[in-house]
Formats: sequence, C-alpha cells, structure tokens
Amino acid sequence: MTDRNDTFEKLAQQYKQETGIEVTIQLFAPSDSYSQKVIAAAQANVLPDIYGILDKKSIVADFIKAGLAADLTDAMEADEGSWKNSLYDKALADRRFEAGNIYGVKPGIYGVPIDVTNEQMLYNKKLLSKAGIKSPPKTFDEFIKDAEVLKRVGVTPFVSGWGELWLLDCFASNYAFNIMGEDKIFATFRGEVKYTDPDWIKVLSIFAELRDKGALIDGIVTKGNKYAEQDFALERAAFGFNGSWCVNVYHDMNPNLEYGVMPPPPISTAYPLKIWGSAGSSFVVNAGSPNKDKAIAFLKWLTAKEQQEVLSRETNNLSSNKQTLLGVSPILGEFAEGMDQSTHPNIWPLNEDPSVSEAFDKGIQDIIIGEKTPLQVALDV
Amino acid sequence: MDSKAKAASIFKDNLQNFLFVLPALAIFCTFYIYPFYKMINLSFYDWRGIGPMHFIGLENYKELLGDKLWWDSMWHAGYITLIALVFQNPLAFALALACDRQIRMKRFYRVVFFIPPVLSQLVVGLIWNWILNPEMQNGQYIGLLNHYLFAWGLPQLVHNWLGDPKTALTTIAIVNSWQGFGWGFVMFLAGLQTIDKQLYEAAKIDGAGAWKTFTNVTVPMMLPVMLVVMILTILGCMQVFVLILAMVNEGLVNHTDVPVTRIFSAMQNTNRFGYACAEAVIFGMILVCVSFMTKRLSDKAKQV
Repeated sequence: MTDRNDTFEKLAQQYKQETGIEVTIQLFAPSDSYSQKVIAAAQANVLPDIYGILDKKSIVADFIKAGLAADLTDAMEADEGSWKNSLYDKALADRRFEAGNIYGVKPGIYGVPIDVTNEQMLYNKKLLSKAGIKSPPKTFDEFIKDAEVLKRVGVTPFVSGWGELWLLDCFASNYAFNIMGEDKIFATFRGEVKYTDPDWIKVLSIFAELRDKGALIDGIVTKGNKYAEQDFALERAAFGFNGSWCVNVYHDMNPNLEYGVMPPPPISTAYPLKIWGSAGSSFVVNAGSPNKDKAIAFLKWLTAKEQQEVLSRETNNLSSNKQTLLGVSPILGEFAEGMDQSTHPNIWPLNEDPSVSEAFDKGIQDIIIGEKTPLQVALDV
Repeated sequence: MDSKAKAASIFKDNLQNFLFVLPALAIFCTFYIYPFYKMINLSFYDWRGIGPMHFIGLENYKELLGDKLWWDSMWHAGYITLIALVFQNPLAFALALACDRQIRMKRFYRVVFFIPPVLSQLVVGLIWNWILNPEMQNGQYIGLLNHYLFAWGLPQLVHNWLGDPKTALTTIAIVNSWQGFGWGFVMFLAGLQTIDKQLYEAAKIDGAGAWKTFTNVTVPMMLPVMLVVMILTILGCMQVFVLILAMVNEGLVNHTDVPVTRIFSAMQNTNRFGYACAEAVIFGMILVCVSFMTKRLSDKAKQV
C-alpha cells in the first residue's frame, strides 16, 4: 500500500483545489501491523474519518456492531444507484452484508473498494524459454513436468511468500475448489466433512508433490511475500504466486521483467478452479465521525472514473470502477480476466474457524519441510 | 509547639513530598499499573479485540495449561537464553577483559563490539537473512555463508539454515547472541574499570599469579555486574521477537515459536485477545520467578 503514497498525496491535493477540503492520508505497511494499529485505534476510540479493515469479515462485522463503520447503502443507492453501479460488484461484495447474514449485521454496504485484486500465478517468459518451454502449463501435471525441466537447467521453478499463512491458504483453497467444489468445502467448515476425506488429502498431497519434484524455492515456508516478490522480479524463479498489486512492485524492482499471468493450473476436471479475488483495499467511513458526510463525498470522488484512472495508471492496480477497468495495461488486463473465476473468504457464506485454518496452513508447511505426510496433517487438523 | 501544630507540620511536609512524587506516580499508574491491571482483567474474557466481551473465568488459563505449542515456545525461548548464557556472556566477559588491558586499538574494538546491539533487531534479522539465504541463481549461492562454504571446498556444509527444523532455532539463537554480546561487553568493561587497581597491586605483592588474581580478585568484584548481565540476558532472550519475525517471518511451522510470537499469533491470526492476555500474564509471572530465582542463587554464591 505504501507504494501508492505519492499518488494518494497528489489526489488529496487535487481534491483540496477542487473543494477546499483538506484530506490527510497516512499509509502503513505491512498489513499485519496496520491491522493491529486499527484495532488499537478502535479500542481507544481514535479512529480517523476514513480507514481500512484488512481483516476477516467477522472482524469487519465486529467493527460494524460496535458502531465504528457507517452504512453507505443510502449514498450508494442515490441517483438510481449510480455510485454502486459504477463499482465492480465482486469488490463491493467484500464489505456488503446481505439480509440474514451469519454475523448478525444489519444488511448494507459498509465499505468502498478503491481497487480490486486477485491472486494468480506468474511466469517468467525468459526463463521458460531458456528451458525450452514454449507455453505456460495448462494442467498441474504439465506444471510438474515443466518444473522438472526447469530444475534440470538450473532454474528454480516456483516461488511464493508462503511464510505468510494467508498466501499459502489461498493457494490451497484454489485447489480445494478445483478438487471438491464449494459445497464440500463449506460442508467441511460446518463440520460435516472431515479433513481426512480423500479430497482434502488430495489437496494436501499437492504440496507433497511440489516438494518431491523440487518445484519449490529453498526456504519457501519462511519466506515473506516481499522477499518472494524480490526473487521473482530478480528472475530467481520461473513461476510465482502473487496478487495483482505485484505489477507495480515488479515494475519498481525490475522494469524489464517479461512475465505473464495465468491461473494456477488445474489438477482436476471435476470442478472449476477458483482464485481469490475481491476488493484490494476497501475504505470504511467512521460512523462516529463528525465529518461523516464529507468523508463519503471524498470516497465518491476518489472512486469516480477520472481519479480511478489516475490510481490505476500510476500505481498499476486494478481499478474498482468498471469503466476504468477497460483501459488497463496488458499485464493488468490478464489479471482482470481472472476476476470472472474469482471468489474470496470475505464473500463466502461461512468461514473456517481461524484456529483450524492456522493448523491447516501450518500443517502444509510441515508437509513442505518433510516433517509430516498429508494424512498426518489431516489427522492433526 | 503543641502536638496539634506538630501534627499539622508533619502533615504539611508529607503532603509536600507527596505532591513532588505525584506526577511520576500518575505517569507510572497510567502507563504501567493500569495496563497491567487491564491485561489481567482481559485474560478472564473471550474477546476478539473489538465488540462484546464474554466473561469466561479461568477458561483461558485452563486451555493454556494444555497448550503444547505454548509450552514448546517456552522451551524454545529457554534454549535461546541458554545459548546466550553459555556462549554470549562468557565471550562478552573475555572480550571485556582483553579490552581492559593495554592492547593496541582497544578503542576501535570497543566501538566494533558495540555496533551489533546498536542496530535494530529488524536490521540484524534482515542482514542475517541475506547471509543465510539458501537460494541459488545462475549456479551461485546467493547467501554469503553458503557461497563461501561452497567456494572454500566445503559443499557438504552448505545448508538451508533457517529452513531446516534441526538448525533453525540454533541459528536464530546464535544470531541473537551475536547481537546481544555487545551489551554484556560494555557492562563488563565498565565493571572491570571500577575495580580498585590497588587490589591487583596487593595481590601481586602477595605473589598471586594471573589466574589467582582473576579468580580471587576480578571474579568476586565482578559478581554484582555478572548478576545484572545474567538477569538482563535472561529477560532479553526470553522476550526475543522482532529478530525471529525478521528472520523467519511467521515462523518455521512452530519450530521457531517463542512466547511473544505465540502471543502475537493469538491476537493477529486468531483474534483471541483474551487468550493472548492470559499467555502474557503467565509469561510475565514466569519471567519474574526466573529473575527472582537467579537473584537468590547469586546471593548464595556471593555468601560462599
């Protein structure tokens, strides 16, 4: 997020010139620290007029129930829903609570997405070509074969920041959708299907196979995403797994990097593979703020086509405004294509218990370092 | 002066003294006592950091007693502390002894030895991450350590130091000691310089050799400093956190977890603030007990 500081500053100055209202923007990284900062500010009742909640939907619900997030539905629906209709629906869903939602929150829209993002695989064209691979793999088997070829020519096949559990969870979730479909996943979350089910074992076995075939970069389970981004940008690995924000990051690190985007290659034809994708950053208006209306007006201005074009062009992120989405760079366009097959925990009807998720993700790390088998992990979870 | 007037004067004096102490007391209560009370209070609740709090009594503590990962993390912190006590402090003492003598460039050494602790743990973690990087590019090891091990004909020693459960914790413990010995060095050096030189002269006149002088003069005179360094080492190492975060991110599965990373994880990954507070309370109590025991042991050693 901090890589967008200059552009936000510029937009804030422009807003002051147009309306006379001064907007101070503070960006923080990494997201873990930011989340703690926002929770601490909420506890001390010193939240700013506009802020973001980079956390699970259940936590967003807690903010709403504590009266800290304003319901923006009226503003969104005004003028025949012009604001709402201008925004990408999947991004809005991130902060939308439907009637009868499991969190017990009053139905409404509680956030404004300023961009959309999805997580996909990336491939380095030069390194694939060096290994004689003409096109990126279409199936998981092809991917494994490519990994073996890459390994033979001394190229590390795959890198990702799997020291960060959410990214690992995202990758595993993609394949869970592909192998068993969403009904079975949600049945697992409800406790009706066990993790020892053969389909879940198959999901876990993917990581064992990646390990056994030498597809993963050394030290992947302790690698933060910043390091993984550096590795891919500096051409230390042929494939990566990252979110669409990486376009800006890679551009800053290596403007000459030649790469393409692809969804993780499916391992099964039983169900479509889904990728995670939704709002990148959603801004929430502090319900208790004396500047609530001004804050809403600013967000409306910020998500209008003109400003979104500036944000998209200068920060290389996918805009949340549908009209802007049409004119993005080719590489962002490839990411944008993935939105059709995207899903996200924030729009699922229910989520797994965080302690179970943590055990599952740490179990995958155990498989990768060769300490446990998929079955052992499934039994532990 | 009658007794009434005397009592009034004493009261006035006490009030005056109290008013002088009041600002410091207020700050202490606001920033130490109240948060401490709040932490203990929260440990009896089920709370996600925001929203309603549910009183659950001692449930968090009961769960904590059976939490294997928590007690493993305590052992990991103990291991890091042990490495520091066994290697870091003796090294710091030895270097302080060397620099206390008339050696060439001793000022230079003093500065060099004090550089690591001046650096933030984050910077140290990042530097060592680069040194220990296990990756290869174009047939060359990126990490400095593996690069030189390979270049010096020791390819069998090339290793993924932070990615292997067998070596990750020890590697972190060594880096922690590398960073921490500078503090001990400075304190030992300051302690050595306060020893009265006449004691050494007297020992020399009595015919004591270097070893006798060291064991009968230097060590006894340095015992209070050693105790302080030992307690600070224990407290510092048990609470190591940023270094681990910088070196292995969220951890090598659970092999590099220490109590503070568990507390952080309870808040960050599972949003269990009440449980995190219970962990913090237990951890704080253990640290107080360890410090108390160290002090008692040291007092006994002094008497002997």
